[in-house]
Amino acid sequence: MNEIPSSPNETPAPKASIRWGRILAWIALFALLVVVALVLLQRQQGPVAVGQTVPAFTLTTFDGQQIGAEEMAGKVVLLNFWASWCKPCEQEAADLESVWRYYQPRGDVLFLGLAWTDTETASLEYIEEFDITYPNGPDLGTRISQAYRTTGVPETYIIDKNGLLSYVKLSPFTSQAEIKAAIDPLLGP
Amino acid sequence: MRIKIILLSYLLTLVMGVTVVEIVSAQQPTPSDDQVNEIAKQLYCPVCENIPLDVCPTTACAQWRELIRQKLADGWNEQQIKDYFVLQYGDRVLGTPPPEGINWLVYLVPPIAILAGVYILFRAFRSWKRPIQSDNLQPNSSEAPQSTDPTQDEYINRLEEEVRKR
Repeated sequence: MNEIPSSPNETPAPKASIRWGRILAWIALFALLVVVALVLLQRQQGPVAVGQTVPAFTLTTFDGQQIGAEEMAGKVVLLNFWASWCKPCEQEAADLESVWRYYQPRGDVLFLGLAWTDTETASLEYIEEFDITYPNGPDLGTRISQAYRTTGVPETYIIDKNGLLSYVKLSPFTSQAEIKAAIDPLLGP
Repeated sequence: MRIKIILLSYLLTLVMGVTVVEIVSAQQPTPSDDQVNEIAKQLYCPVCENIPLDVCPTTACAQWRELIRQKLADGWNEQQIKDYFVLQYGDRVLGTPPPEGINWLVYLVPPIAILAGVYILFRAFRSWKRPIQSDNLQPNSSEAPQSTDPTQDEYINRLEEEVRKR
C-alpha cells in the first residue's frame, strides 16, 4: 500500500511513549489470558486422583467437635459428601451407617460425613432419619468440596493410613459389600 | 371486702392482658414470599448455577428460601442473612463477587477494556482524518476523477476491447 505523506508542519508523535503503552497493553492482555487459562485449567482438572495426597482439612461437626489431621492420622478415612435434598444419597445412607458400625470397634477406620450446600435443620433431620452415628458436619463455605474438586453429591473418597487417596466413588454405593471391598485392602492383616 | 375482691380481679385481668400482649408482640410476623425473594434474588445456589435463588425450582433452593424466611422471622436483616450464606456456602452464592483478591478483575477489566477501546477508536478516527486535512487534495468538482494508474488504464482498455468484440 502507498502511504500518504503527512504534513511537514505536523509535530512528530511521541513514538517512545506509544511503544511503551503498547508493550504494557500487551503485557496486561497476556496476564489476563494467563489468569483465565489457569482458572479454566483448575476447573477442568476433575476430582483428586487416586494415589495423590489428599487436601488437608478440619471438619467441625454439627455437635461442635473438631476433626482434623491429628484425628485422621494412621486411620483409613471414608469421606462422604451428601445432602439432605439428594435422593441418591438416601440409597447409600443406611449401608454406610451399617459398615461404620461394623468397623468402628477396630479403631483404625474413621467415617466422616460432609453436608454439602445443605441447611443445618434439614441435615440434622436427615441424620436422625437414617440414624447416622459417625461424625457429620457442614462443608463450611464449600471449602472442602472445592479442595477435593467434587462435582456433586453423593461422592465418597477413601483415604489410606498414609494420607493417600485410594478410592473414589462418584455415585452412591449399591451395597455394604461394595464399601467393605474398598476398605478391607487398606487395613492389612 | 367485696370491693377488694373486685379490685384484685381487675388487677389480675390487667396483668394477664399485658402479659399476653407482650408475648404476641415479641413474635415476628411470618415474612412474606416477596420479602424472602427480595433477598433470594441476590443469591445463587451452587447446585443450580446461574439460576437466582428466587426462581430456582430445586428442593435445595426451596430449603434455602425457607432458611431466609426463618432468619427474617428471627429479626435478621438482609446483610446479616447474606453474610450467613457466604459463611456457610462461600462467596459464589453472591450475585456480585466481593471486591477482594482475584475478584478485582471483574471490576477492573471491563472499564479498562472500554477505555482502551475508546482510545483505539479515537486514534483510528484521527489517523483516517489526518491525510485529508494535511494534503491539499481539492478535486475539481466539474471534472470526473481520472485514474492515473497505468495498470488500471490498461485493464479498462482491455475490458472495453472485449466488450466491443461481443
